[in-house]
Amino acid sequence: MTRKSGESIPLSIKISNYVPYLLLLPTLAYMLFFIGYPLVEGVALAFFDEQGHFTWANVNYLLYDPGSLFWDALKYTILLAAVIIPIQVSVAFGLALLFNAKFPGKNLALYTVILPLTISDVAAGLIWYVMLGQYGFFNKLLMDLGVISHPIIFFGIKNMEFLAIVMTEVWRATAIVFVIIFAGLQMISHEYYEAAEVFGATTWQRFRYIIFPLLLPSLQAALIIRTLFAFQIFGVVWTLAGRDIPVLAGEAYYAQTTLLRPGVAALYALIIAALSVSVGAIYIKFFKAKYLEAGM
Amino acid sequence: MVDVHLRGIVKKFGHTIALRGIDLDVEDGEFVVLLGPSGCGKTTTLRIIAGLEKPTKGKVIFGNRDVTYLPPRERNISMVFQSYAVWPHMKVYDNIAFPLKIKKVPKEEIDRKVKWAAELLQISDLLDRYPHQLSGGQRQRVAVARAIVVEPQVLLMDEPLSNLDALLRVKMRSELKKLQRRIKVTTIYVTHDQVEAMTMGDRIAVMKDGKIMQIGTPTEIYHKPANMFVAGFIGSPQMNFIDVTVSEEADGLSLVSEDFKIKLPPDIAELVKQYTGKTLVMGIRPEHIYPEGFAPSNVKRTVKISGVVDFVEALGSDTIIHLNTGSRIIVVKASGTYHTNIGEKLNVELGLDKIHIFRKDTEEAIL
Amino acid sequence: MSNEKILTSRGDIIRYYTYRIILAGLVIIAVVWIALPFIMTILYALADPAQYYDPHVIIPTSYTLKHVNQLLILGAYQATINSVIVALITIGFSFLIGLPAGYAFARYRFRGKDSLKLFIVALRMFPMMVIAVPLLVLYFKLGLADTLVGIGLAHTSMALPFVILITSSIIAGVRVDYEEAAMVFGLSRIGAFFRVTLPLALPGLTAAAIFTFIMSWNEVFIAAVLSFQNRTLPAFILNLIAGSTDFIKFAGAFIMVIPALIFVFIAGKYLVRMWGITLK
Ligand SMILES: Nc1ncnc2c1ncn2[C@@H]1O[C@H](COP(=O)(O)OP(=O)(O)OP(=O)(O)O)[C@@H](O)[C@H]1O
Ligand SMILES: [Mg+2]
Repeated sequence: MTRKSGESIPLSIKISNYVPYLLLLPTLAYMLFFIGYPLVEGVALAFFDEQGHFTWANVNYLLYDPGSLFWDALKYTILLAAVIIPIQVSVAFGLALLFNAKFPGKNLALYTVILPLTISDVAAGLIWYVMLGQYGFFNKLLMDLGVISHPIIFFGIKNMEFLAIVMTEVWRATAIVFVIIFAGLQMISHEYYEAAEVFGATTWQRFRYIIFPLLLPSLQAALIIRTLFAFQIFGVVWTLAGRDIPVLAGEAYYAQTTLLRPGVAALYALIIAALSVSVGAIYIKFFKAKYLEAGM
Repeated sequence: MVDVHLRGIVKKFGHTIALRGIDLDVEDGEFVVLLGPSGCGKTTTLRIIAGLEKPTKGKVIFGNRDVTYLPPRERNISMVFQSYAVWPHMKVYDNIAFPLKIKKVPKEEIDRKVKWAAELLQISDLLDRYPHQLSGGQRQRVAVARAIVVEPQVLLMDEPLSNLDALLRVKMRSELKKLQRRIKVTTIYVTHDQVEAMTMGDRIAVMKDGKIMQIGTPTEIYHKPANMFVAGFIGSPQMNFIDVTVSEEADGLSLVSEDFKIKLPPDIAELVKQYTGKTLVMGIRPEHIYPEGFAPSNVKRTVKISGVVDFVEALGSDTIIHLNTGSRIIVVKASGTYHTNIGEKLNVELGLDKIHIFRKDTEEAIL
Repeated sequence: MSNEKILTSRGDIIRYYTYRIILAGLVIIAVVWIALPFIMTILYALADPAQYYDPHVIIPTSYTLKHVNQLLILGAYQATINSVIVALITIGFSFLIGLPAGYAFARYRFRGKDSLKLFIVALRMFPMMVIAVPLLVLYFKLGLADTLVGIGLAHTSMALPFVILITSSIIAGVRVDYEEAAMVFGLSRIGAFFRVTLPLALPGLTAAAIFTFIMSWNEVFIAAVLSFQNRTLPAFILNLIAGSTDFIKFAGAFIMVIPALIFVFIAGKYLVRMWGITLK
């Protein structure tokens, strides 16, 4: 923007009005191409056949085919979310309060606790496969201690697999909830709860009147994120239980890679998306939208 | 109420040593001011008394009870935090009411007390606002109001007036002091501001680098500083420090500097005799040096020094004269009506009874 | 008080240390709970099978790299390299495209800003697995199917909303005055960005880049759908484990755990601190 003459100044200001849009243009174009287009294409795959005619074939497969595990998948996806999320959020909350205290070796402990943040769900599944196997650490330890006389079998039995998945998910994804809540806690000035303590508030009163209300936004952000990601649960389930415990994303993967029916896979994916959007909308209605920005 | 004692308090944060052995006795109902430069450990001392920090070494005693391990909430204290710590999610009213609610005070009484405190601090109009809708000074007053609604054993205040305008500060000073006298609460008050310290404190503890350099009444601190640090920190403009050698002459001892010589009367000479031949530091406050002929009648013994006026600050009530005596500048505080010009030759009189003498090595006061 | 006795209450001291001990106990439980599976995975993956199948040997004493080597030869080595390449492509594209957008959000006021930002936040929450299957159809047409660039581009769309939101809060955290001062002293807006804002934002941006790397590194669904031969590590392992022996699974876990330890070792500080930035 050189200013050679008087007239070029209005022009340059005019241009500069468009600068933010220009900066955003690549993003919008990219999103349109890599998200917008596939989304439309996904609807097409799910509801139209190769000739471009509308079809219920994929929906019918999903609902009525004996090989389809749709209802189970829906049930288990929601059930897992309902069991895992409350545990995760409370454990993460407790951890965050714990790590808010001062103690020697805190950083080392902190880095250890966030380790699971850096591994994929497939890796987490395999790690717990090692832990819970018939000759895994867990069984050997309990047997050696004399707590049990026969190894507990986790894999191949539905309920035990469910338990294993819950343990693994709590172990794996509590870290992200923890990190969000902990970051929120770090940003609350220590003096806020110290002041309460000076004025005689007990631990519970400090939590109830100071920490909890100030931490609510982070808590809500963590809750939303975990809930939406819980609907995408896949790697852990697939490695620990395969299709014994069907989940929506697992069924999508199965339909795509084994059944070779992209239409069904696309339909599953759309159902996950619809579920996320509606739950997201409910959350936004209850919490303020700005909290959404908080998390990852 | 209760008396507060610190015994050999040491506090380390990792490798930094914030406090290096603090001993302090605050009597029941006394108002003690902690005064010192930034970073000297004032806030840390308060936080240890409050129980928010555990001392690395040493004991905190309330009355005859060792409270070192007692959590803050059981110490029956109240505090104004340096950064206010006014809770952002509560309205001003609820902030001030909180300590009372915790103590399960009846609602009507809470209301009465909150209104009283708000009135005193001139924030009655703000009770319905959130802290982010307040200015820094208003927030600070909320913090003070919150600290005084309860009747604690010990009141701790960390620079509670630092953010107020000059007028309000003077008013609040006297209000707080009156309140403290009335409820006779043992008070430990931190400030940077020496006027505040001098006017409010029953006693002042001057701190430096995690140590108490001197503790005493405002008069003691001003007239009998225990060392060069206290002497230099208290008083404005700062005390003049002049290197002098003690020399023995036929008619007695003299302090000899590069620019002048002061013949010592026998009483002072007695004190410095053992330093004959050594270098000491002489200190004299600017207000104890007078332009020739202007010394008050009660100042009997004076010594004359001459120099050239280097610079003049006319402050209205005072005139500060920077006098070049040859190799150094000496600052003189004359009355505001006194007039002189840069470059003029000027004779001044030094009040001999007001001089201080310090050892050069330890900086301790000899006189 | 000098003539009175000072009462030191033992109860206070006992209570204080009891709290400290409970705190320490809870921290130890948390650390063991997280760390033990990592440690045992490493030990068991390298254990001699004879010892593994001995119910009385909890901590193996003899170790072998046989299974890990076997897995590496089967393709894990190549898959690891693929994963790194995909992650780097993802970082490159998402920052190239996302940084200007983040800057726009942080530094300009413009009409529609809030709705655009909300839209990007919503995308952040949107399950990206939805695009995997249709994208494959598109990739066949474009010749991107089963290529690392293809996976990288898909991961970019997953990472982009995150990169935009976080870079905008990092840049917003660098005070405008610094940039304005640079402009007053003769730099252009772009010059001011590169000479002043970027260096100040660099630690935060590094953290964001590391997290982007980890997101791509860990993503398995999209990668598994979009590739058949050129698989990333998690996709490769996901595909392999279905019919393989326990020891191959253990080796798979081992190979994926080691980089995680390296990530935390080099970037632990950033991984914790970054969330503070996002929350601003
Ligand atoms: N939490 C902490 N961690 C490390 N060092 C600290 C901590 N708190 C205080 N310090 C250090 O201890 C010393 C004393 O700090 P303190 O806050 O008591 O000073 P202060 O006298 O209150 O200063 P100011 O007048 O600026 O408020 C300083 O050097 C400070 O850097
Ligand atoms: Mg302080």
